[in-house]
Amino acid sequence: MSKILMKGAEAVGEAAIRAGCISYFCYPITPQSEVAEYLSKRLPEVGGTFVQAESEVAASQMVYGAAGAGVRIMTTSSSPGISLMTEGISYIAGAELPAVFVNIVRGGPGLGGILPSQADYFQATKGGGHGDYRFLAIAPASVQEMVEWVMRAFPLAEKYRNPVMVVGDGLLAQMMEPVDFGCVEPTPQIDVESWATTGCKDRPANLINSLFLDPLKLEEFNWKLKAKYEAMEAEIAYEEYKMDDCEMFVVAYGTTSRVVRTAINALREEGYKIGMFRPITIFPFPQKAMRAYGENPRVKSVAVVEMSNGQMLEDVKWAVLEKKPVEFFARNGGIVPNPHETMEFLRKSYEKHGGTK
Amino acid sequence: MKTIFSRPRAMTETITHYCPGCTHGTAHRLVAEVIDELGLRESTVGVAPVGCSVLLYNYMDTDMHQAAHGRAPAVATGIKRTRPNLTVYTYQGDGDLASIGMAEIIHAANRGEKITVVFINNAIYGMTGGQMAPTTMPGQRTTTSPAGRDVDNVGYPIRVAELLSTLRTPSYVVRGSLHTPHNIIEAKKAIRQAFQYQVDGTCFSFVELLSICPTNWGITPVKSNEWLEKNMLPYYPLGVYKTPEEN
Repeated sequence: MSKILMKGAEAVGEAAIRAGCISYFCYPITPQSEVAEYLSKRLPEVGGTFVQAESEVAASQMVYGAAGAGVRIMTTSSSPGISLMTEGISYIAGAELPAVFVNIVRGGPGLGGILPSQADYFQATKGGGHGDYRFLAIAPASVQEMVEWVMRAFPLAEKYRNPVMVVGDGLLAQMMEPVDFGCVEPTPQIDVESWATTGCKDRPANLINSLFLDPLKLEEFNWKLKAKYEAMEAEIAYEEYKMDDCEMFVVAYGTTSRVVRTAINALREEGYKIGMFRPITIFPFPQKAMRAYGENPRVKSVAVVEMSNGQMLEDVKWAVLEKKPVEFFARNGGIVPNPHETMEFLRKSYEKHGGTK
Repeated sequence: MKTIFSRPRAMTETITHYCPGCTHGTAHRLVAEVIDELGLRESTVGVAPVGCSVLLYNYMDTDMHQAAHGRAPAVATGIKRTRPNLTVYTYQGDGDLASIGMAEIIHAANRGEKITVVFINNAIYGMTGGQMAPTTMPGQRTTTSPAGRDVDNVGYPIRVAELLSTLRTPSYVVRGSLHTPHNIIEAKKAIRQAFQYQVDGTCFSFVELLSICPTNWGITPVKSNEWLEKNMLPYYPLGVYKTPEEN
């Protein structure tokens, strides 16, 4: 298949169309407004629906309506906008509807900044809004991976009848990279007639709802959700990079993993036996595979590099049960760590815990 | 034997949870009768609000979607835009629509969404226990305006029908009332016209219905109807505020 040079945000929009999502409700916010601009032009060409909502609150509720009507649906936003969308997201999770959300994360809290950040890891992996719910949360590291995971996100959302969040950042959304849309085969949509609001012709009426006034029924539903989130572990995806002989491994995801890869390649030439464990699904977290590495006697230490004050760090510590020391390095506020400072941190961490060369 | 009166097909055989004298049951029935008369039961999606009428979905035998507080017009937009052949209506109270949902109703109306909105204005929050609403009358006592609504402090009640009728986008905006049999008959005509405009793909349609809440007003149903007529009618005049033909 031929590759097209494309900006990340526009590629997200095109990936949705290729996956069979021809409806999009949105509200502009930097650094991902290009998704909306791209789809406002493209969706009419494919007979789709584009609505610029009055707010992210409304956009997420339009998504809720469309998801309830059983159509493939996506919206995209960035951190402060995702906060506003969490109302709709919680209802979508509570009503068990498939929908795809893309968060192009920027620095925070508050209005924060517009540059790349990973400060919304908790929001993506621990629920975000009210109630005991989770996304299936995926963190691609390139424009190509964003395309592939946006396309896979629709059938995954339908499989679990749960919102899926694809987590990127301003770097991934704004840079141009070559992409191949043919890598993922589009899947047919599941049959929605048994639950969606398509009109009750020749069947009992369907109801989209998240209200349970009977606490015993709500508890039963909460257990059902818990079992669903555990079942999602079947979707766990991660990459192991130079892990075979490593005495220290770095955990990094998304944009940060690209910097770490560069740093590891350079350090390998200096004799440092460092590998990288890159979570691709950040919920469910690849805990078991990471724990196995943590228990390997060859591995002397673990390092975490991320663009937050240590959000994924908590999951890594839990995964390795602190059986190995866990070192942490971060840039925050919209700063992407550079390879030099990352290498310096990795060298120090490696030597501190007796890594051999 | 000839049946001359029965439960509308679009309603389920369920006893409602409403208080004695509440007008929600009347409004539900009017909507269901219109759905039946226009033959829309199998192609209708009702969007239920948050508030006393949240359980509307138990009473209507059509596809239903329960929305977050105030967001029903956005949810309805999502349904109607992606399945334009369906008839989509919202049913919302005054706390839901005129307070937390003001942005959603104005923008749905302004986009000219081909949906129908049934707006129940009883000048108070019902389900949460009788707090002040944006539609509460000046001087009206509620649990959060115990000395009566002070317009110097919280402003005057919002007239939603008038507000929506200022928008340039063509729409059908009407205010009716449920406090007398004659007004109920007129209200049904308005609801039917509103659904007809949607079925014809003409415009956004909005029916405000002045209603009573004897429980939270703290007076009998009969006194409530008198109170509505005396206090609400002069401030919320009945009538058609906007038709698409005007444009």
